[in-house]
Amino acid sequence: MKVSLFVTCLVDQLWTSIGVSSVAVLRRAGCEVEFDQRQTCCAQPAYNTGYLDEARQVARRFIGIFEESRADAIVSPSGSCTAMVRHYPQLFAGDPEWLLRAQSVAARTHELSSFLVRVLKKEDVGASWQGRLTWHDACHGLRDLNLKSEPRTLIRNVRGSEFVELDHADACCGFGGTFSVKYPEISVAILDQKIDAIERAGVQAVVSGDASCLMQIGGRLSRKGSRVQVMHLAELLASDSRG
Amino acid sequence: MNHLSSETFRENARAALGDVHLRGALKNATSLFGERRKAAAASLPNWEDLRTQARAIKDEVLSHLDRYLVEFVHNAENRGAKIHWARDAAEANSIICGLAIGTKARIVVKSKSMTTEETHLNDALEAAGMQVVETDLGEYIIQLAGEPPSHIIAPAIHKTRAQVAELFTAELGMPPTDDVAQLTSTARATLRDRFAAADVGISGVNFAIAETGTIVIIENEGNIRLTTSVPRMHIAVMGIEKVIPRFAELDVFLKLLPRSGTGQRLTTYQSFITGTKRQATDEGPEELHIVLLDNGRSRMLAHPVTRQSLACIRCGACLNACPVYQQVGGHAYGSVYQGPIGAVITPQLMGIEKTAQLPYASSLCGACREVCPVKIDIPRLLLHLRGEITPRKGGVSERLAFKLWAKVMMSPALYKLSSRAGRLLQRVVPISRAWTNGRDLRPLESKSFHELWSNE
Repeated sequence: MKVSLFVTCLVDQLWTSIGVSSVAVLRRAGCEVEFDQRQTCCAQPAYNTGYLDEARQVARRFIGIFEESRADAIVSPSGSCTAMVRHYPQLFAGDPEWLLRAQSVAARTHELSSFLVRVLKKEDVGASWQGRLTWHDACHGLRDLNLKSEPRTLIRNVRGSEFVELDHADACCGFGGTFSVKYPEISVAILDQKIDAIERAGVQAVVSGDASCLMQIGGRLSRKGSRVQVMHLAELLASDSRG
Repeated sequence: MNHLSSETFRENARAALGDVHLRGALKNATSLFGERRKAAAASLPNWEDLRTQARAIKDEVLSHLDRYLVEFVHNAENRGAKIHWARDAAEANSIICGLAIGTKARIVVKSKSMTTEETHLNDALEAAGMQVVETDLGEYIIQLAGEPPSHIIAPAIHKTRAQVAELFTAELGMPPTDDVAQLTSTARATLRDRFAAADVGISGVNFAIAETGTIVIIENEGNIRLTTSVPRMHIAVMGIEKVIPRFAELDVFLKLLPRSGTGQRLTTYQSFITGTKRQATDEGPEELHIVLLDNGRSRMLAHPVTRQSLACIRCGACLNACPVYQQVGGHAYGSVYQGPIGAVITPQLMGIEKTAQLPYASSLCGACREVCPVKIDIPRLLLHLRGEITPRKGGVSERLAFKLWAKVMMSPALYKLSSRAGRLLQRVVPISRAWTNGRDLRPLESKSFHELWSNE
């Protein structure tokens, strides 16, 4: 199966190992991976902050680029950015031509874990990692894309690792895009609930499906001098006993 | 305590975060409500179907509200109720004050009603010389404290038991105790007295049934039953969206509302009021007045996206589920309606000029939508409102930043250039303290994924 990778701007600039790992995992699962160098951002920052004209502009560009791809699927290591692409039709409600184009690109776009489990029917990608770990449900993956069992199934099949459920795994980490800097004190207060739960879990690593949550959680863990590491699901699935 | 304003949400929230008592009370109450709701929803195998049905009923009502309101009014009038239409809060208050003055009332008892909170009816009645007594225990507590409610169904949720005890000692002169039974029985004794002396009882309405002209009000304390039956005049105040078509449809809502609000299978009391008493020997008030309030609702109704805001049945589940509400509580919102649904309704009722901070008071996590018994897509509504706010209230630098951002995202060359510039500048330009005050910032990668891919 041919896959076009949408790596997301955050991964591109701040966390490239998530992109590299995604490619490795997809190849291991038998996919041919292409990467369109023209890609930038999914438009979520503007959309979520209320800058709809700018969001539409950037969304049109995304649609234009990815509808040219002959790949069977567009895959992204982010529930949040995938959900944004799935929301594109809302941006073009009054524009029949773009609405149709938005719908068609949205239908081909998948988040990594759901692509592996639901589309490729792969529940074990042959990864191994030594240690105790837990999973944080990133909100948009969980509630917009209904990803709950998929990442857990993949994690449970990682050799050598012990998976424990986090208390309130489905509670928000407090990131929320521009919310994290518009209301930083509230954002960190919410985050501290998550940090407490992670500390109670007694794990070596917390895994999630979105670089944004991991930046938020990792930023606080490191500020507190915690030894718990943050890891994207793609990184875990690409790992080979390096833990 | 001063009544906080929506314009200062940021400062209100900051103050709330520093209040350890408040945060303790909020944590206990919201997690208890949340767990009970979850268990109650799980106890019904067809919970999701019920939500779908409830929303379908609300959608049907909202697409033909004119018809259902006329039907309700016709049937209620036939059973002896008098109907009053109020365009806004001022008109509603003036109608109600007029009725109370007309019956020479001195004491007015009220049961919990968010709609009368919305119109600030108590202030209007007091200005007209009435003594107003809130009879719901939570409302009574905050009335004694001179505070607005901080939760749609649990108005005194922000208070600890010790704070209530102090308040009762100061205001009611009872000996200091934190024994809940003693506190409630003191409140009960005081309130019983007021019921007996009251001339007018004012209530809200949970559902108004078009087919029969019945108003339905649900509660746990029995104070609504007393408010609506002891005084000689009962005034019920309802938003125009409260109507449902048929009696049989109540079943769905009576399953959803208590479970979503408090996790109860059913509230202790359900009052069904159809007109006035038929014979002189019957119990109940001589006069029933129903005030139908618009106050911005027809504006919400007119827009296809915002219309669903009117489906809300005021259960408060979204407040308990909201990570922002859990941290800052209801007063921070500076409005009668708090939490996610408050951030949606308040700007639509009051206009966005003074409420522009509220739709941003959300991480858009979607927990509110997940628990909403009528499936209101609150994040979608927040995004819609944000889209209305930015052209009018977006800061100059923010608007410029997003224009620039769009330029960069539209051009791979600019994108690559700014990525390189960012790497160079991140060592010398101070990073936003809004982020770094509480969290370390991950540095930019030395090579972007784009670069790694071309090198492969």
